[in-house]
Amino acid sequence: MLTDMMTIIRKDLKEVLTARGTGKRGGWMSVLIFIGLLGILMPLQTGVEWLTNPILPILWSWIPVFLVVSVVTDSFAGERERNTLETLLASRLTDQSILFGKIGAAVLYGWGLGMVGNLLGAVTVNVVFWQGRLMFYQPVPYLAFVFASFLVSLLMGSIGVLVSLNAPTARAAYQKLSIVMLVVWFLPTIGITALPINIRENIGKVLENINLPMVGVGLLAVILIADLVLIFVARQRFKRAKLILN
Amino acid sequence: MLHNAIETNGLSRTFGSLKAVNQITFSVDKGSIFGFLGPNGSGKTTTIRLLLGLLEPTSGSASVLGYDPIRDGQQIRENCGALLEHTGLYERLTAYDNLDFYGRVWRMPAADRKARIKELLEHIHLYDRRDEIVKGWSRGMKQKLAAARAMMHRPQLIFLDEPTAGLDPVASVAFRDDLLNLVEKNGVTVFLTTHNLAEAEKLCHRVGVIREGQLLSVGSPDELRHKQGNSQVEVIGSGFTETTLQQLQLHPQVRGVTVKGNHLTVQLNGDSDSAFLVPFLVTQDVQIDEVRKGKASLEEVFMTLMEEENVN
Repeated sequence: MLTDMMTIIRKDLKEVLTARGTGKRGGWMSVLIFIGLLGILMPLQTGVEWLTNPILPILWSWIPVFLVVSVVTDSFAGERERNTLETLLASRLTDQSILFGKIGAAVLYGWGLGMVGNLLGAVTVNVVFWQGRLMFYQPVPYLAFVFASFLVSLLMGSIGVLVSLNAPTARAAYQKLSIVMLVVWFLPTIGITALPINIRENIGKVLENINLPMVGVGLLAVILIADLVLIFVARQRFKRAKLILN
Repeated sequence: MLHNAIETNGLSRTFGSLKAVNQITFSVDKGSIFGFLGPNGSGKTTTIRLLLGLLEPTSGSASVLGYDPIRDGQQIRENCGALLEHTGLYERLTAYDNLDFYGRVWRMPAADRKARIKELLEHIHLYDRRDEIVKGWSRGMKQKLAAARAMMHRPQLIFLDEPTAGLDPVASVAFRDDLLNLVEKNGVTVFLTTHNLAEAEKLCHRVGVIREGQLLSVGSPDELRHKQGNSQVEVIGSGFTETTLQQLQLHPQVRGVTVKGNHLTVQLNGDSDSAFLVPFLVTQDVQIDEVRKGKASLEEVFMTLMEEENVN
């Protein structure tokens, strides 16, 4: 199954690269712009703090998540729209390899580019703000960030594939998923700022007293479970007949 | 050894109240070309989907290469190639990448994949354009590439849904020759749907005529002509008066009469003897220059079947 998944991932990534421009050159250009933004421009603006303050890379972690969304919404809805889905479903590929290949392509693209951007960011800081020794992100927060961003990308990939399975067009899927993103990502932030000041102060006090690493691990466990549940649901909803007749 | 590549028995599929495929029973010999003829919306594509295990039948059964499409859809798809209603090409990718992707899907080794892509693209005269994005290509070029993709992994059975749609006459003839070669040399079985009856007549060992989900007739083009088609006699001459035509029309062996200029076409019922015709015309003072007797074409058989179904 892994070979078949890789075949789908390879094809989908090729399509993504050619979709973003008039040809392969245009696609690579947008990738380079993204990596340049996350790996050069942002670290240049923040300096050494880019490596020492773990909050900064986390703050920009929403960009790869958006990349996942843009690819995964195209997965099934785009194939359906461009009349390539039925031929793909008539091939020898199993349901699992098609489904996991589609999720894998989106995660690999968004999360992978995010990781490349972060590594390039470390190089940029070392080259431009040399401190007399080689600097890197703090190991534990960095590994936690790598793992967490992978899980969040997988979460968005799974939600996206569920939406894409039933959407008539890639645009419709993207619009639906943007609303989900808005609810999941931005509403909690807006909600917290809208709370009365005394409640916010109380929340702050509670947060000061809790064991943050434990909360982080708990949160990651919840995301991991959500990933598994969503992948299971997507697997159940993947029906060749339904995909063809939709 | 398996004699039939495909067998169906009362295969049916309904969508709500619509009977898309209604109790169809037929078989396709291994190593032959079977043509599925019918107007738009008659159930041809649904039948292909049922045989590939992409849809489940409402009732009835089928066997494709010895596998049950409901239970063993995966094995069927493993051994089949398909050019469906749409070309299914990834238009953002190059011609080479399209074939390479499906070569990888069927796990062809790299060297074999590369050689096969070259062989196929050279054969359809598109090798020099292998690195072009498919999007800007003409419909005919895309159709040729899609057909090449269906044959990429050398399948035992190929489903082709309107394969020559969009091809120019030269490309259509070349495609037909390729299919015949494929069947004769490699023993491949081809199941194709087409509107082009002349093409079916030249290409298919057996044909099935479907309408509104019902299989109206199955057999070789000759058998169908024998069963359904009427003999016809064409008379070239002059003096075809109204009275002559009316009397001819009333003759028990005559099914229809048409006149176009100096051509009189008399359609006879079944295999009726035409010996009566010339003496009759002579008595009617018709000037006869030439008489030709012939069988109805597959197109005429098809039209007859469609008309009979309309009457029923």
